[in-house]
Amino acid sequence: MRIIISNSSQEPIYKQITSQIKKMIMTGELNPGDSLPSIRNLARELHISVITTKRAFEDLEREGLVETVAGKGSFVSQYNREIIKEKKMEMIEEKLANIVQESKSLGISPQVLQEMIKLLYEEG
Amino acid sequence: MENNILEVKDLKKSYKEFTLNNLSFKLEKGYIMGFIGPNGAGKSTTIKLIMNLINRDGGEISVFGLDNIKDERCIKQRIGFVYDENHFYDELSITEMKGIIAPFYKGWSDKDFERYLKDFDLPPRKKIKELSKGMKTKFSLAVALSHDADFIIMDEPTSGLDPVFRSEILDILASFIQDEKKAVLFSTHITTDLEKIADYITFINNGELVFSETKDSILENYALVKGGKELLDDGVRRELVGIRENNYGFEAVTSDVKKFRSQFKGDIIIEKPTLEDIMLYTVRGSKNA
Repeated sequence: MRIIISNSSQEPIYKQITSQIKKMIMTGELNPGDSLPSIRNLARELHISVITTKRAFEDLEREGLVETVAGKGSFVSQYNREIIKEKKMEMIEEKLANIVQESKSLGISPQVLQEMIKLLYEEG
Repeated sequence: MENNILEVKDLKKSYKEFTLNNLSFKLEKGYIMGFIGPNGAGKSTTIKLIMNLINRDGGEISVFGLDNIKDERCIKQRIGFVYDENHFYDELSITEMKGIIAPFYKGWSDKDFERYLKDFDLPPRKKIKELSKGMKTKFSLAVALSHDADFIIMDEPTSGLDPVFRSEILDILASFIQDEKKAVLFSTHITTDLEKIADYITFINNGELVFSETKDSILENYALVKGGKELLDDGVRRELVGIRENNYGFEAVTSDVKKFRSQFKGDIIIEKPTLEDIMLYTVRGSKNA
């Protein structure tokens, strides 16, 4: 498991943790039932505050991706495939939104953009 | 079960030229608190009051839920204290000094102490007066960690320590709070890497509390603001602290970035602040006021 914290990033540290753990769950690097490090252990390893890691884990719990069992620690949830698919769709939407933004700023029309996506899709 | 390791309530202490004014804050077990403020803000006075080394003029202090004066002896068994001034006998060696300190503590462990001496590269036979400032602090920390304390208090621990050892202290302190039953309070007038692991920051200036909150919420609510001087109307000034104007523009901090963003329309740079920025601008703001 790999978590890298950037101190110069504009993104708050707790978000850096949640997004990296989420990514590992999405990509299948972490599987349902896998145990996560304890909040305090992770804080010690990364030299960050306990409250920051706690918040990251709480966010993951709220999204249904992680479960914490008192006395046993935190685990990747036995989530269903629908949740994952939804999350992945969200991720794609987010990326597309960025692409649309950039295309707009370059004056690329929706038709041209669609054409580009179509071509890429067929190539893949 | 008592959840607070430390609770300071309406603490007062007056000197001729300085007053610690109704200071209140608390620290839960399982967490690390950074106690920050400029020189002369009252940090050491507060710590001395907690340790009952000086008499308070008012207020209450409880440690582990016990009164810090009435139950002083019992409390001090469980506190590891790292003090920035040398309070050891100069002519004794490290081992001789340990021989004097150890009997005071019921929970003393020679094994722990020897391990820390080794970890910290402290030569047991060297005399205290021959130790550098950094080595004295290391010795003091080794003592503080060797009697099964539940609460570590450090007054300006980083002065005289090199960055490598400061980073090691981060590991030591983070390990110390792993079991969720212990806590750490350290004071500092310069912001250092120690704050990386602080859960809470208590900031005092001129004997008054500025804030005592989680570090994350402070860093989320405060922001560094920069822009052209033409933007500084009365409304904007009210939202800013410690404004520094130069020939080309201004810099300041705001303590409520959301409100600032929503009220302010125009060309301005809003940046993530460091604790040092927040301290610097707040102190400047109070001097100008």
